[in-house]
Amino acid sequence: MIVAALVSSAFAFAADDRNPMAGDPQAAKAGEYQFRINCALCHGLGARGGGRGPDLTRAQKKHTHSDAEMFQVISNGIAGTAMPANGTNGQGVGMTDEEIGQIIAYIRSQEVKASSQAVGNAARGKELFYGDGNCSLCHMVAGKGGRLGPELTSVGGSRTPEAIIDSVRNPSRRLAWGLTEGTKEFPQEYESVKVITADGKEINGVTLNEDSFTVQIMDRSEQIYLLEKNKLRSFQKSRESTMPKYNADTLSDRDLNDIVAYLISVGAK
Amino acid sequence: MNRLNRRHRGEWPRRARSLPLLTGALAILFAYMAIADGAHAQVTFDRLVNSAKEPQNWMTYSGDYLGRRFSALDQVNTTNVRTLTAKWVYQTAATGKLETSPLLVDGILYATAQDNRAFALDARTGRPIWMFQHPLPGDIRPCCGRVNRGLAILGDKVFLGTLDAHVIALDAKTGNVVWDVVAADYRTGHSFTVAPLAVKDLVVIGVSGGEYGVRGFIDAYDAATGKLRWRFYTVPGPGEPGNDTWEGDSWKVGGAPAWNTGTYDAVTNQIFWPTGNPAPSNRGEGRAGDNLYSNTLLALNANTGKLNWHFQFTKHDEHDWDATQVPVIIDTGGKHLIAQANRNGFFYVIDRTNGKLLSANAYGKITWSDEKDAEGRPVANQNASPTLEGHTVCPGALGTTNFMAPTYDPQTGLFYVTARDQCDIFSTAPQPYEAGHAYYGSAYFPSEEAKPYHGFLKAIDPATGQVKWKFEHTSPTWSGVLSTAGGLVFTGDAEGNFIAMDAAVGKPLWHFQMGGAVYAPPIAFAVDGKEYVAIAAGSAVYAFGLP
Repeated sequence: MIVAALVSSAFAFAADDRNPMAGDPQAAKAGEYQFRINCALCHGLGARGGGRGPDLTRAQKKHTHSDAEMFQVISNGIAGTAMPANGTNGQGVGMTDEEIGQIIAYIRSQEVKASSQAVGNAARGKELFYGDGNCSLCHMVAGKGGRLGPELTSVGGSRTPEAIIDSVRNPSRRLAWGLTEGTKEFPQEYESVKVITADGKEINGVTLNEDSFTVQIMDRSEQIYLLEKNKLRSFQKSRESTMPKYNADTLSDRDLNDIVAYLISVGAK
Repeated sequence: MNRLNRRHRGEWPRRARSLPLLTGALAILFAYMAIADGAHAQVTFDRLVNSAKEPQNWMTYSGDYLGRRFSALDQVNTTNVRTLTAKWVYQTAATGKLETSPLLVDGILYATAQDNRAFALDARTGRPIWMFQHPLPGDIRPCCGRVNRGLAILGDKVFLGTLDAHVIALDAKTGNVVWDVVAADYRTGHSFTVAPLAVKDLVVIGVSGGEYGVRGFIDAYDAATGKLRWRFYTVPGPGEPGNDTWEGDSWKVGGAPAWNTGTYDAVTNQIFWPTGNPAPSNRGEGRAGDNLYSNTLLALNANTGKLNWHFQFTKHDEHDWDATQVPVIIDTGGKHLIAQANRNGFFYVIDRTNGKLLSANAYGKITWSDEKDAEGRPVANQNASPTLEGHTVCPGALGTTNFMAPTYDPQTGLFYVTARDQCDIFSTAPQPYEAGHAYYGSAYFPSEEAKPYHGFLKAIDPATGQVKWKFEHTSPTWSGVLSTAGGLVFTGDAEGNFIAMDAAVGKPLWHFQMGGAVYAPPIAFAVDGKEYVAIAAGSAVYAFGLP
């Protein structure tokens, strides 16, 4: 049905669903410019992922396989996700079919040709995630785990293994992904916070939300505190992540690869 | 489509339907009461010029012709503001941002909402008197949300600019269309988001569309008939002075929109109207030259639209730094000034008798300019231009400030403006002009290194250009600012708070959580001798008063 719809347009896909501009370096270059204007706010410069927007350099994508499917997704968006239909981002009439074809050519040119399937044992990774790796103390996957850190069910479907590994090895390099309100990966920043209340009680945790007058905090035992700032003895925030920095001594490369394999096996579903 | 269908459905006030049934003595009684109240009096040009004589009203976008957004009301003041309480909330049923600055005339509040809604409310209760919605085509080209910043009022009409580039006069008592003219073709990217300014017998309005390569203009329509009386093109045509500041034919799609409300000096009969970015916004290649009159303050003869003088803030802009911020008229020390907190991060003071720059001082984080030219104007560093790969420049594309209306308080002598410190990665790439398509010449991205961004309310002393105090918000806000004779400044934040601060020192004295982010400026007014402060947040308009 997709193919039938496309055949009626002047911009026709081949019988094998290949983009007619596939492999054309000039089209890919034009597509890079189009990508910056139309896609990069969410999907990042170089298509390496932004906040809500998945990393598109992954060869294996969750919603698209063929060029024709990618055309469909860019044209119509993905229902139930933040991916909008072409021309509906409030900036007018959107891209022409040819420009979409250029963008597809560009994305293909950026794909890391190696399989993004992590070299690791997903079954063993699952054991580590919920066991000795201590991940599930703070992170939830598919309804099981802790609440202090981000929920990670879909992360394996939108990030490259390299990005996941970096966020484990260097958790403070960036907290939540995403730069503007509409493109944020999570509704909160996961800034660390340390508070001393008027009666001297110390609370350490992450901010759930904050404004100039109040702050909502989850501490390390998942207790929620609702506090008025002007009634606190002290209030300190930090962008040093509450997550411990896992180096190769505390989590070997092999164990980490297995955990990444587990996250990808869940996120790809 | 008939008029009733155009009207916003669903919340029509039941009582309004019975109003036509009022007859005879009752109607005469009502009419008498109305006259006794001064209600429904004509809003004459004389009243607009002398708006200071009726501080209970708010009859122009900025509350006066001077752009000060200052209210002489002092019933709500630093002593009692802690008791301020919500009086009513009006839900517009619109979604998205509300940037509207309401008008208030003789007890009736007039405002706008998304998708060219307009409405009139009983300002004591928030109950609707009429509602109007202009039907929009499905393929309009707003650059940055389906927003509107408010109405103008003159005589017995209010005036609305629409997202499909119409200018519409509505009967102020009923919301009925009196006239409706098409200023330009929306399919080539023209739209109106600005609150018009009524001057003499004219409705002055500036076009949006700098992101679509329109040729910008400011129009003046006969308020009675809708006839176009003059048009000033903000990009000069061939043979006109300034056309040679554009490379080749680039002037045809040069942008320089005029999407924020200007100010008016009745003494010299001049309109001061600021303009926006040249197009394409992030690419200077192909439009070599200063690109007049983009990012410029224009001094126009109100009768004719003829240019008296101009001052260009950012020459040959490549960072989307529209200079559309309100040019505030200030008289101090025998000098006739205009002060503007510009999107490019500098606070400019200009002699409004001749357009000469008096001072330009940074009031936020800037990296784009280290030097000034012979006139004292900050000039861009060699390496400030966007590159193919992108590099970081401060301020970012959103600017140090943007459309957020500032205020000047003649009591403190301070200029208050919402500001942000945020740097962006600016990249550029060739982009051919296609009519009706976005025309940026590539893009910008918030710089990850700059995170978190900082948002402030800053109080600037126009005499020195120095920031006297600043209040840091939790995150940058898009709210405008109001100052009042009660020693207060009011502003909103992105977290939904409406905040009153001590105007002298910037200390919060009161706040109220409105449950939606603020993109609009506050106003103050009085009805029946009671002062109110009003602001739009989320999808609603809120009014506050003393208990």
